[in-house]
Amino acid sequence: MNAQELLQIADDELILGWRDSEWTGIAPSLEEDVAFSSIAQNEIGHARALYELVSRELGTDADSLAFDRHPSEYRCAALVEQRRMDWAHAIARHFLYETADEIRLAALKQSDDGAVAGLAAKMDREEVYHRLHARMWNDRLQAEPRYEDALVELWPYALGVLAPNQRTALAKRVGREEVDAIERNGHSDELLELREEMTMVRRSVPGATW
Amino acid sequence: MVTEAQVWDALAEIPDPEIPVISLVDLGVIRVVAIENGNVRIQVMLDDSWSTDKITAAGREKLRVSGFAPPAPRGATDLVQLNRAVFRCPYCGSTDTRLENIFGPTPCRSLRYCAACRQPFEQFKTI
Repeated sequence: MNAQELLQIADDELILGWRDSEWTGIAPSLEEDVAFSSIAQNEIGHARALYELVSRELGTDADSLAFDRHPSEYRCAALVEQRRMDWAHAIARHFLYETADEIRLAALKQSDDGAVAGLAAKMDREEVYHRLHARMWNDRLQAEPRYEDALVELWPYALGVLAPNQRTALAKRVGREEVDAIERNGHSDELLELREEMTMVRRSVPGATW
Repeated sequence: MVTEAQVWDALAEIPDPEIPVISLVDLGVIRVVAIENGNVRIQVMLDDSWSTDKITAAGREKLRVSGFAPPAPRGATDLVQLNRAVFRCPYCGSTDTRLENIFGPTPCRSLRYCAACRQPFEQFKTI
């Protein structure tokens, strides 16, 4: 497993964690407020562990990888960059991402690198609960035309989360035809704005220790 | 010279940040304590060897008396099991309980409701 591939996953988890946290305090019910906040906390925790692992190889540290890279160096997928959308899109992204992530983690758990395989297994134990939550909402909303529209719109983005050889499995898992994926190249303005916000305190006093 | 027992005793006083009724030792996250020339070294493991099955019997009892249902054994985390009444109310002991929310006040807790004593309670997730 090379460092760049692990960074893709770490960046996906960090940015999605931020996007999920945008529901804190304003989700449609208190229950979902708590759920999205908890999921966000888990995702950012996974990002931290992955950055930690990569940083040992690259000779840096997790915070530097998370906050000090140039925006063009972030490897996250376009799916997670999109700013808080309506609830139908938020659930569609959640369902598609968690399903894709399950396929990706299953492959990582088979890695020859013991540290990667171990971390993937550990992350997957928390992701089980994300998937339960995502499936519950998918079942609840699947008859709603607005939810189906959101799934159709986000589907090419969801395919772009995975490596090309994992996409057929995702299509099968969610019962959709495979289409051209939106690949990881370039970033949206939404990511640049998020990065500005995310690094604001760190940039205010470079090199500060806390 | 510091002894292993002293290190274990000190660690037993450090509460879990999310559920302070149990300590790091109760949680089972401390694998081994080794003293080398009077120095104690901390090594963080990023592997998969910890799960909620590692919580000690004493830790599980501390959770229960504080109103947290201890985690079910691993392998019982699919949706069917979550919704089945296999979780015991920490207040009255009834298994007539239901899942209210997968997520609770912290990511490691779920919310359940006991139909027997009409008491909501927190379930430590199986992780």
